Amino acid sequence: MAIPGRLIALIFFVLLFLIPTFTQQPYILRMLIFANMFVIFAVSWDFVSGYTGQLNFGHALFFGVAAYATAMLNRGAPLGPHWPIWATIPIGALAAVVAGVAMCLPALRLRGPYLALVTLAFPLILLGVIFANTQFTGGELGISGIDRISDSRVTDYYISVVVMLVSVFIMWKLTDAQSGLVRTGIILHAIREDEIAARASGINTIRYKLFAFAVGGFFAGIAGAMYAHFLRIAGPSSLDLTLSFQAIIWTVFGGIVSIYGAVVGVYILYPLTESLRFISQFRMLIFAVIVILILLFMPEGIAVWIRDKIERQCPRCKLTNVSWRHTCRACSTDLY
Amino acid sequence: MIEGIIVQTLVKGSVYALLALGFALIFGVARVLQLSHTAFYMLAAFGIYTFADLLGWSPVVSIILSIVITTGLGLLVYKLFIDRVREHHVTVMLITLAVAMVFQELMLIFFTGQYRSAPAFVTGYWEILGVKVAFQNLLVFVGAGVVLLIIWALLSKTRLGIAIRATAQDTEIANLMGINVSMILFTVMGIAAGLAAVAGVLVAPTLILEPRMLWPPFVMVMAIITLGGLGSVKGAVVGAFILALVEVLVVFLLPTGAFLKGAFALLVMVIVLIVRPEGLFGVVFEEERL
Repeated sequence: MAIPGRLIALIFFVLLFLIPTFTQQPYILRMLIFANMFVIFAVSWDFVSGYTGQLNFGHALFFGVAAYATAMLNRGAPLGPHWPIWATIPIGALAAVVAGVAMCLPALRLRGPYLALVTLAFPLILLGVIFANTQFTGGELGISGIDRISDSRVTDYYISVVVMLVSVFIMWKLTDAQSGLVRTGIILHAIREDEIAARASGINTIRYKLFAFAVGGFFAGIAGAMYAHFLRIAGPSSLDLTLSFQAIIWTVFGGIVSIYGAVVGVYILYPLTESLRFISQFRMLIFAVIVILILLFMPEGIAVWIRDKIERQCPRCKLTNVSWRHTCRACSTDLY
Repeated sequence: MIEGIIVQTLVKGSVYALLALGFALIFGVARVLQLSHTAFYMLAAFGIYTFADLLGWSPVVSIILSIVITTGLGLLVYKLFIDRVREHHVTVMLITLAVAMVFQELMLIFFTGQYRSAPAFVTGYWEILGVKVAFQNLLVFVGAGVVLLIIWALLSKTRLGIAIRATAQDTEIANLMGINVSMILFTVMGIAAGLAAVAGVLVAPTLILEPRMLWPPFVMVMAIITLGGLGSVKGAVVGAFILALVEVLVVFLLPTGAFLKGAFALLVMVIVLIVRPEGLFGVVFEEERL
């Protein structure tokens, strides 16, 4: 544990598992359950947009498609039989994958600001369809009365923690450029840095972009489907513009292209905005002002800013060191 | 019905054209997506409400004050926030979005979310082709037309316009030719905020006012400028009328049209982009090509 970043991550994971032994207040557990879902959601945005540079402004599409799919199947009534939870959540996530691949259609031809604006359109188109077909979707009210995941809130909490850790770990591994196991990390980095060069090196960039959208869609879909079951309602707010933007704001606040940045961003900002409910009038105002200040003074994001303060990479062997060491712990090169 | 569609399209289209034009100008010249653009439209509409309805001042004074104050705010936003992070596209988008949220929340705190309406500047109507056209709607159309003409003249006939177009074409070369680029960007931001303010002022009496009113035109403006080609002034105007027509047609012809109007407009945009990725009048820049 020579590296403080990893130590902090380990302490954080242990704390996550210990929280129910300190407090079982429904309010706090509920907030953390939702925070876990939003962590998956924000990290999957980082996976799609941060790593491939495909700026996705409509990430709520995946979340909403999965939420509505799982809710419609689980409620059953007008559309066939009642489906149990263990089937609806994976189907919801797969529906989000389909949405992700469909979104890819323009994404493969567009880039930069154009792509951002087109992806912005998809959830809004779906929202119009939902409001126009109220007999299936419940319109403004959404689909309510779907099953719980488990009967106790503590079990709910542990399920959300485990799903969150597994999802984040998978996405972290898939984007790890130094990994010897999977090549996707370094390829996605290459596509972001210079797509033409990546293609010239024989990388099928279209396949990898499709892959990024599908994987990002899958995990955002899991978050959306589980969120719907935890909340027991799937409403139009799950497709809202604000949800897409919140994923971006959480990620950028924590640090884009870093996976753990999104985790830090959600765990700082989400409880903060939730706890500001008692002055709900000023909640979004304070949120927006924090975002502006962070973007102006720590454009790299808060997690990356802190990491750069406590860690330093060895210029010769690329090993991560504590920033207060003067020589590298492996090759004893001078770090300054 | 056809007459109704035409009149509605012209009125809606001219408002969208004003909004989209400002947005396209900023993108074309400064290469930033200024997402707080429609917030200025909302602010100007509330300016009219405050001055003309609450304070009871004359329409002319209220119009001028609203436009001047909103333009000033736009310049302030540019100087304080956009100018510092201009080079980073994502940061600009996020920061301007946060600015839009700040404006919306401030207006919610001052005015609450209650629905309000501003007094009409002129009352009465004309019958054109059997359709009753309120003078207020006519004023929107004529006002927008005049402003669009002024902008066209400014861009094509004056030294400032040439400097703006030169900066849009190549910022660095324009700078080398002795054009004060940061001053041009500042001016363009002022013009854009002013255009948004004019749109807000013109439609304020015809709309229900509330602080969240900035989002529906926000989405439409995004669709319009993507359709017309990012940064293309001509594309912004043409796209505005096309999407206004789509929106009005859907409302007139489909039973659940009021919910689907946005969806159809966006669908048109997506289809056009799949067929022609750079938009109708867009220019493909070498570094943006796939």
